[in-house]
Amino acid sequence: MKKENYTISVYTENNIGLLNRISAIFLKRHINLDSLTTSVSEIKDVFRFTIVVQITEDQVKKLVKQIEKQIEVIKAYYHKDDETIYQETALFKIASKLLFEERQIQNVIKENNAHIVTVTPEFFVIEKTGRRGEVEVLHEELKPYGLMQFVRSGRISVSKNKMHISNMLENFALAE
Amino acid sequence: MEAQTHVSPQIEKAVKKRITGAEAIIKCLLAEDADLVYGYPGGAIMPVYDELYKFQNEIQHILARHEQGAIHAAQGFARTSGKVGVALATSGPGATNLVTGIADAQIDSTPLVCITGQVGSHLLGSDAFQETDIVGISTPVTKWNHQVTKAADIPEVLAKAFYIAKSGRPGPVLIDITKDAQFGELDFEYKKCKGIRSYKPVPTTDPDSLVKAAQLINEAKKPFIVFGQGVILGKAEKIFKDFVEKTGIPAAWTILGASALSTKHPLNVGMVGMHGNYGPNKLTNECDLLIAVGMRFDDRVTGNLEMYAKQAKVIHFEIDPAEIDKNVKADVAVLGDVRKTLAQLYPLIQANEHDEWLQQFRAYDTIEFEKVIKNELYPQKEGLSMGEVLRGINRETKGDAIIVSDVGQHQMIACRYAEFTKSRSNVTSGGLGTMGFALPAAIGAKMGAPQREVVAIIGDGGYQMTIQELGTIFQTKTPVKIVVLNNSFLGMVRQWQQLFFDKRYASTEMINPDFVTIAKGYDIKARKVTKREELDTAINEMIASKEAYFLEVCVEKENNVFPMIPTGASVSDVRLS
Repeated sequence: MKKENYTISVYTENNIGLLNRISAIFLKRHINLDSLTTSVSEIKDVFRFTIVVQITEDQVKKLVKQIEKQIEVIKAYYHKDDETIYQETALFKIASKLLFEERQIQNVIKENNAHIVTVTPEFFVIEKTGRRGEVEVLHEELKPYGLMQFVRSGRISVSKNKMHISNMLENFALAE
Repeated sequence: MEAQTHVSPQIEKAVKKRITGAEAIIKCLLAEDADLVYGYPGGAIMPVYDELYKFQNEIQHILARHEQGAIHAAQGFARTSGKVGVALATSGPGATNLVTGIADAQIDSTPLVCITGQVGSHLLGSDAFQETDIVGISTPVTKWNHQVTKAADIPEVLAKAFYIAKSGRPGPVLIDITKDAQFGELDFEYKKCKGIRSYKPVPTTDPDSLVKAAQLINEAKKPFIVFGQGVILGKAEKIFKDFVEKTGIPAAWTILGASALSTKHPLNVGMVGMHGNYGPNKLTNECDLLIAVGMRFDDRVTGNLEMYAKQAKVIHFEIDPAEIDKNVKADVAVLGDVRKTLAQLYPLIQANEHDEWLQQFRAYDTIEFEKVIKNELYPQKEGLSMGEVLRGINRETKGDAIIVSDVGQHQMIACRYAEFTKSRSNVTSGGLGTMGFALPAAIGAKMGAPQREVVAIIGDGGYQMTIQELGTIFQTKTPVKIVVLNNSFLGMVRQWQQLFFDKRYASTEMINPDFVTIAKGYDIKARKVTKREELDTAINEMIASKEAYFLEVCVEKENNVFPMIPTGASVSDVRLS
């Protein structure tokens, strides 16, 4: 079976050890994470892990079941890229003098739909949000000027289809 | 004013209930009916031990000789009693010594609650004396774990711990409690946990899956059942037997499923897997329907998955959704508690007989008897065989005993040849294969089923991994019967070295001490047998003994266990020699 990008979305309780528990599932199977992002979700007190992996569909199905098996995981889903809307954010820190000495940087920023988020006498910072490829293009174009720092976030994504977490939680509350 | 002259009932109640975290732990255990715990004291768990001293009339603590011994005893207790086993240990090395038992309980689905002491919360992360991150260490091998740093959290966390350990597919839970949480005070109120919103212990059964399963079962010409520990854990022995008898389907067991159906039952066709019986392994690849009941298709059961039951439709009765399609794809997955799903299935299935098909199993039995079993149970050679020891134990116990085995050749012989007439009779480390399991597990097994005879079958290698637990037997006067089958080798590894490594016996020969003298040092009656003519009377004397008894049997040094499915081979390529 062919390997593809899968985005795994995990809705969880907020527990101190859960990150360890979830990452251990990948470690045990020798699967590398492309990215992992944790955040709050649309539901109060429910957290969300967004994990990107490149594996086969058979593998991702089994992984999601193992993740769901964890006591504090409410529900986990997996999606292919075309089933989600997804973005990453990157920050580029560049010496301020280049902004004046290398005027074409300003064109690069404009053409790539990036933004300058801050300017100080020593450095300025560009923010670019988009798909991995777009961030990589900007990275390549800025590299020749010299980057003081570069950082890219993990993927965040929302699915096109519904994920019925609220219903599940309501059903539990009713059953109680 | 009147209001000042009497304390309101709520306040009075609260004042009365103000207790320490350590006392709360004991009260939680008692509320969960856990009045027998195994453990080993140490600095960070001392407040709990102080309470154990005060509550010694209500709760019994068994002092092991090593934390590994304590947890294996708790496992043995859980396996025979069906209750949650409890193990206590201190922080640091006390906690890490539990890890093997926790991993064993996780892979064999044994309900345990382990309570470890931890350094004070102000010291966490400071590399304090006996500080170790046991929550981090135990995460991959626990069903759930949690660290408590406040006394007030203890009742709720322990209630969750017991609920999680025993519900759904059981497993081990570890609760790490800092010393300040044990000393701290709380208003004690205990409420049993009835549900956790993110945890669904028993999945919903799709009624359609039952209809489809029944249809496949009713139409099958050569159906074959493989049952595992799920039948025992689900307390489903009765309905399972009814199901087998109504359908007339031959049923074989995994090592952990052993004893869920009497070995004497006419439809019980033996054990599957690497050293299982010839017929069930061969015919796995001839059946037209494979009905898996509460088992997980372990690699030791299936051999090469590419050549496992490819011709058959598969029905999988299972409580853990993560097991469906994990190793073997199920045509029909029946999720749920097997006791309920089999009861729901029962009216949908037709009464049937499969005599011709059953005869195929019996024909293989005859071959296996001639080529393997005869020599094992009735050896002609001068040296004693492990099988004839098991035959003697069967005779003396009439198949009523709980057999606790360690790991290796003797384990395979014990599981192959022991007769089991009652459920919860085979206590062995199946998934993890933990040498050293049997001696401490036998102590717990006896305490979990005090009316039953408990015989531990152990090799000379594994015995020496936890031999210190003879001290626990000595101190508690637990009447377990210990049989060491001594071949002066790490026999199973030696067998593989013989078969697959050109007899290069690297570090498998054992120069052993005088085991009888050691047992006598613990005041345990002991006897050594080297000749066949002494065996029967020795086994008779052992089983008749009201106290603990140690029997060493010196067996043939280089016997092998057959049948055998070599690694990577198909179940139907099972070898008889």
